Amino acid sequence: MKWLILRRFSQISILLLFIFAPFWIIKGNLSSSVLLNTVPLTDPYLLLQSFFAGHTIATTALIGALIVLIFYLIVGGRVYCSWVCPINMITDAAAWLRNRLGIKGGNTLSRQLRYWILAMSLLVAFVTGTLAWELVNPVSMFQRSLIFGGIATLFIGIAIFFFDVFVARNGWCGHLCPVGAFYGLLNKISILKVKATNRSKCDDCLDCFAVCPELQVIKLPLKGKDSNPLILDANCTNCGRCIDVCDKQVFEFSHRFSSSLSQPEKIIHPQEDLHP
Amino acid sequence: MDNKRRQFLTESAKLACQAGLIGLGVGIYARQAQSTPPQALRPPGALPEPAFQAACVRCGLCVRDCPYHTLKLAQSLDLIANGTPFFIARDIPCEMCDDIPCVKICPTGALDPSLKNIDKAQMGLAVLIDQENCLNFLGLRCDVCYRVCPLIDKAITLNLQHNQRTTKHAMFMPTVHSNACTGCGKCEKACVLEIAAIKVIPRQLARGELGEHYRLGWEEKRKVGHSLIPDQLDLPDRMPDKPSDFQPLPLQGFKP
Repeated sequence: MKWLILRRFSQISILLLFIFAPFWIIKGNLSSSVLLNTVPLTDPYLLLQSFFAGHTIATTALIGALIVLIFYLIVGGRVYCSWVCPINMITDAAAWLRNRLGIKGGNTLSRQLRYWILAMSLLVAFVTGTLAWELVNPVSMFQRSLIFGGIATLFIGIAIFFFDVFVARNGWCGHLCPVGAFYGLLNKISILKVKATNRSKCDDCLDCFAVCPELQVIKLPLKGKDSNPLILDANCTNCGRCIDVCDKQVFEFSHRFSSSLSQPEKIIHPQEDLHP
Repeated sequence: MDNKRRQFLTESAKLACQAGLIGLGVGIYARQAQSTPPQALRPPGALPEPAFQAACVRCGLCVRDCPYHTLKLAQSLDLIANGTPFFIARDIPCEMCDDIPCVKICPTGALDPSLKNIDKAQMGLAVLIDQENCLNFLGLRCDVCYRVCPLIDKAITLNLQHNQRTTKHAMFMPTVHSNACTGCGKCEKACVLEIAAIKVIPRQLARGELGEHYRLGWEEKRKVGHSLIPDQLDLPDRMPDKPSDFQPLPLQGFKP
C-alpha cells in the first residue's frame, strides 16, 4: 500500500497546491505554471503542439519545458500519468469497479492507438494552425477546470469513468491518451525503473498482472529467460503497484544501469506457465 | 505478400483510420472554435486570433496575475476556444495597469512581450454603435463614456454639433479615435443605458480600410507643402455686355 498512498498524496497535494496555495508558491495549472515566483514549468507536449501550429516559442516557456523534461527523464516520463495527472484517480477507480463487477473483454482497441492519436494531434495543430487538440484534450481540460473552476470537470470525469468501466479496461490511459504516449516516449531513456530484482522468488500468483494498468510491460523482465530484470518498456508508469501487491517482494525501484539480480537464477519458470 | 506484413499493414490501416476519424472531428471543431463572439475581448498584447490560439497554452497565469479579476479562462461550454483567456467589457473592463502584469507573466509570448506601454494596447475598438439611444445624440449632456476614458480627449473627444431639432442648442457627440483607443472597455462598462450604446468590439470588425490608391489631398499637400495637382484654372468671367433689364420680383408678404 505504501506506494499507492504516496501516489494519491502526490496527486491530491499537487491539485490542492494549485487551488489553495498562495500564488507565490505556485500559480497557473499543469499546462504551465510558475513555482515560487521564479521557476517556470511548462508542459513540453503543449509546446510541441504549439510549434507544429506555427508559433515561435518564447524563451520562458522553453526553459519551463526543459526543466519539466529533465525531471521526467530522471524519474520516468509516465510518472506524470501515475503521480501527477488527476485523471489517474478516475481511471483507477474505474478499473477497481470493473474488477468488482467482473466485466471482461469488450476491448478491441490497440495500445498502439495512442501513438497514432499523438501524431494526429500534431498534424491537426499543423493543419489548423491552432492548438486544436487542446480544445478536446480531457487531460488538460480536467485539471484546468478543477483548478480554475468549470463544468467540464464533471462531464469529462464521468465520461472517462464509464468508458473505462464498460468499454475498455484502462481504455483511456492505456490506449487512447496522447499525453501519456508523449511522456511514454521519454521513458525510453529515463533513469528510474522498476526492477524484478527477486524474480527467482516469484510464485506465479499473477497479482502483479492483475493490478498493472500496462500489464504487457511486466512479462519479459519477470519471466523472460536470461532477460534484463528492468522494466524498460516505454509504457511502465512507475506507479509501484506491482511493488505494493507482491507478497514475495520481487519488485523494487531501481535505475536503468542496474541489471543485477538478488540471486543467480536457478529456477527459471518456463514461459508456457504464464497466463497473464 | 507474407502474412506478417499483411497483418502489420491491416493493423496500421485500422489505427490510422481510428486516429484519422478523431482528428477530422477535432480539426473541424477547431476551425469553428476560431470564431470568437465579438463581445469577448483578448488580454492586452494578444496576438491576432489564429496565431493567439497557436501560442496560448491555456495555463491561466494571466488570469491569476490580473489584479482586478478582469480576465477569465473560457470554459468548455463557453463559445470561446476552451481554456483561453478573455474578458467582457460590460462585466469587468481592463483597468490598464501600467506594469501590464498579464503580459509579463505569459510564458509563451501569446501576449506579446514587446507591449511595454499599456496605452499602445489594442484589445478592441470602442464604437458608438447605437446612435439612436445614446443620450448625447438625443441632445443631453451625459458624457459618461468620455469622462471615464483613461485616454480622455485622445481616445474619445466630444465633437460639437448644432442641434437641428431644437435649432438653438449644441450637441456633444462622443467620438472615438482609433489611433488612441486601447479597447479597455471602461466606456462600455460605464454607459448608463440598460444596454450600452457604446461597445468595444474587435478591431478587425470595427475598422474599415481605404483602397490602397486613395490619397488624402490635404495630407499630401501638407507633406509636400503645395498642392499635388496644378491650381484650378482661372477661366475668364463672362460679363453681360450691357446692364440687364431683368428685375427681380418683389417677395410676397415680406416685411423688413
